[in-house]
Amino acid sequence: MKTNNFLKPTFWKGVSVVVIIVGLYSIISRFALGLGKTTNLSDMVPWGLWIGFDFIGVGLAAAGFTIAATAHIFNAHKYHSIVRPAILTAYIGYIIVILLLIIDLGKPENFWHPLVMWNLHSVMFEITWCVICYSTVLTLEFAPVILEKLNLKAPIKLLKKISIPVVICGVLFSTLHQSSFGSLYLIAPAKVYPLWYSSYLPVHFFISCIAAGLSMIIFEAYLCARAFKQGLQVWVLSGLGKVILAVLSIELIFKFADIILTGKFSYLFVSVSETYFFWLEILIGFAIPIIVLSIPGYMRDRKWLYFASIFTISGFVLNRMNVSITSLVRTSGQNYVPAFYEISITLLLVVLGMWAFRLVSKHFKVFETSFESNGEVLETADLKQRELIFGK
Amino acid sequence: MKQQMGLLFDVTLCVGCGSCYNACKNQNGLPETNKDFLKDHLSSNTYTVVEQYGENYARKICMHCGEPTCVSVCPVGAFEKSKLGPVLYDANKCIGCRYCMQACPYSIPRYEWSSTSPSVRKCNLCYERLKEGKINACADACPTGATQAGELNKLIVEAKRRLKENPDKYYQEIYGLKEAGGGNVLVISPVPFDQLGYNTNVPKQSMPGFTLQAMEKIPSVVSVGGIFLTSMYWLTKRKNEVAREERKNLRGKNENE
Repeated sequence: MKTNNFLKPTFWKGVSVVVIIVGLYSIISRFALGLGKTTNLSDMVPWGLWIGFDFIGVGLAAAGFTIAATAHIFNAHKYHSIVRPAILTAYIGYIIVILLLIIDLGKPENFWHPLVMWNLHSVMFEITWCVICYSTVLTLEFAPVILEKLNLKAPIKLLKKISIPVVICGVLFSTLHQSSFGSLYLIAPAKVYPLWYSSYLPVHFFISCIAAGLSMIIFEAYLCARAFKQGLQVWVLSGLGKVILAVLSIELIFKFADIILTGKFSYLFVSVSETYFFWLEILIGFAIPIIVLSIPGYMRDRKWLYFASIFTISGFVLNRMNVSITSLVRTSGQNYVPAFYEISITLLLVVLGMWAFRLVSKHFKVFETSFESNGEVLETADLKQRELIFGK
Repeated sequence: MKQQMGLLFDVTLCVGCGSCYNACKNQNGLPETNKDFLKDHLSSNTYTVVEQYGENYARKICMHCGEPTCVSVCPVGAFEKSKLGPVLYDANKCIGCRYCMQACPYSIPRYEWSSTSPSVRKCNLCYERLKEGKINACADACPTGATQAGELNKLIVEAKRRLKENPDKYYQEIYGLKEAGGGNVLVISPVPFDQLGYNTNVPKQSMPGFTLQAMEKIPSVVSVGGIFLTSMYWLTKRKNEVAREERKNLRGKNENE
């Protein structure tokens, strides 16, 4: 029955198959033909869609460390139920980013060089080590989910013993990693458009990833609850909504304060495309979600939370694309539009990530069946039906 | 100690003959990339170009910064500022992240985009010749002395002397002396440098510091963050325990009554 379900054709499965076939073909082409023939990167635009997507993948993985810290370090037990989805999101996000980095590297066979060839002054070196260390942390944090399934109790016990130091390391590595993506651009003050260049770029990257990462959890919880006809703990998600509202407000004020206090006020109203992209980012990523989350009652409505999360995520994506692409167009003197292969490989990874999340959360204990706080069963949580679907 | 070597390019002396362009191609064994050298641009097979701006000719080349961004940003240390002056690149170390290209304030490094194992390519200031005590191929080939090789200190003195002695003839700045903290290639010209296609937005200070101001905070972020998180863990855990105790006591009391 499980196999039948899996093979049952649906629209999204059809799309996924096409994306996967085209994507795999593109990956083969990229390695066979080289970066020049398969990307629109050039000497003036050495970084493109893939670097931007790395920022997005890692940024959306931010719930992995924020939720783990909230539940395990700050002992807010209310959030225990979303620790696993958050860690799974982060884990998949990091695996995707590592795959894409290897595809993006000119000499992928040398990817291990930073392990033995050190340059402590390089942000890229810091990033490489953060990726390695945090992926290890995520493996340790996610391992119990798999070990449970295999019924291996001894290693789970061991992992539980070291869990607090592991979570603390995870928070520290993530903090460094998220911010270091912003640090990458500090070296190029004359190249990055003033609306995005700031010596606080690492801080902006760090703050904004928190809102985006938490939005990702709302987004996934909503979709998974719908797909698996599973319970949704609205009161937990409202908690996230409050944090998102606070973080977005702080970042919005910080962003404008930074621009105005560094004498870049005039750039806000110059009629050039950068200005429009900037304001679009503010509208989608800040104005809309802040307004929605500020309306009384909307915070407790899962549909509005979902709505706000989509806008927060989109605004975040736009911000990272603005920093990595829009802000550099003027000084590079070239209009960069990603090539077909760049887009198809990116889409492949997105689709693989979504399927990985879906399959893992279906076959492992990621989401808990949940009840409303007042004890009433909400949103089905119809166990019998669940057993049928999961074949448990 | 060996003196740092450099190049001084004087726009007023350049006649646009292309000798430097050809000498560079020969020295580095680079294939022809354009029949008309004046229309060529920097690429993985062209390390220097001569561009025409009205009656002036301007050479473009790696500026061999004193504190190069490429050296500071490369995650594997594939770039190195040699004691002789050239900024050198080691393709065997390179992983191909292209951060050097993104970070270079002059946008000099070029990439072998058509290769399946591409390397970064740029002028190495004829390091192999300098080591043997010879002067750079481009300076050697220059018939007018527009490109002059020599010890960097002496070239700076010479450039300043020319500006001072001919204030009418020269725009009173030396390009490459302050840009990015100063490098081993200097340019002097009769007109402001932006009129010759030189990037005048390059910050007039050493650039690795821009990143360093963020990187040097890492140890404190880690230590303060670590202490904060550990103490928060104990505090909130204790708080929860106390709350549980209180609840238990309260319940006990109620039952007693």
